[in-house]
Amino acid sequence: MQFLEKIKKSIFSLTILIFLIISFFVFKFALQKEKIYSPKISDNQIFTDFKVQSLIDENQIYFNKVLVGQNFYLINIWSSWCVPCKDEIKYLLELKNVTPIMMIGINYKDKKKNALDFLKSYGDPFDQIFIDKQGTISINFGAYGVPETFLINNDNKVLKKYIGPLNEKDVNEIKKIINN
Amino acid sequence: MKSKKLSIIKILLYFLLVLISSKGIATPSTIYEEQTINITKNLRCLICQGQTIHESNSDFAESMKKYIQGELKNGKTNDEIFKSLVEKYGQWIVYDPGISKNTLLLWTLPLLLFLIGGAIITRKILKKI
Repeated sequence: MQFLEKIKKSIFSLTILIFLIISFFVFKFALQKEKIYSPKISDNQIFTDFKVQSLIDENQIYFNKVLVGQNFYLINIWSSWCVPCKDEIKYLLELKNVTPIMMIGINYKDKKKNALDFLKSYGDPFDQIFIDKQGTISINFGAYGVPETFLINNDNKVLKKYIGPLNEKDVNEIKKIINN
Repeated sequence: MKSKKLSIIKILLYFLLVLISSKGIATPSTIYEEQTINITKNLRCLICQGQTIHESNSDFAESMKKYIQGELKNGKTNDEIFKSLVEKYGQWIVYDPGISKNTLLLWTLPLLLFLIGGAIITRKILKKI
């Protein structure tokens, strides 16, 4: 009888121990997980049926008319007041010079004068720039804010999405995708 | 002296009235604004988690409010707006997760627990009788 009691007790403590070990690992991995939530983009088709206004000549055009004649397009959301955007420009310029990609800038919640000054002093990597005064065009792309970059192909499919400024690694990844 | 007191009371009353009436102005007047609030209360602010889009004043939330108002003016229904946002931002943006492969356990587990619990209770009661 005593023996049975002993077994019962040890099973009880063993269950608690296993429970604690499992909780430890759950917390360990859950806390390490990336906090910024980003939707899976496996079959993410970009929505292009909306009008955009050019920064330079202020003409309005449907966005699907912009995405014509290239295999790859890079959409970069930027602003003159966004500090990381300044560091990012050199990577965009590099991509523009090295790869046959169409660079589309979305100028997010900015003033025209500030935007033009920004491009003058840091360089202009964009083939076309459109304004997004209210931030609603970025929402059409599924963006969070600035800076954010989308690599899309000629089927309007999002191949890559970068939240935050681009870095060396991202640029190499983009080059690899385009050259393959 | 008396007239001075009276005039002070008058001024205070005037301010009270202004306060009350200005509160009335702040409430949503158009149908779109009300509908926007109803939608944004059910959307999670993705960059300020723990808040709804309605509560948040972040850049993202402000843009989202304008975007939704624009979509309503274009004649979109609430369901269409929710669906398109889920397509863009994923299931995480809505507070009401629909039934899918990933959320099946979430939806069925309470029901299962309820049934198991109920079964245990009825068995105990039946045994007593």
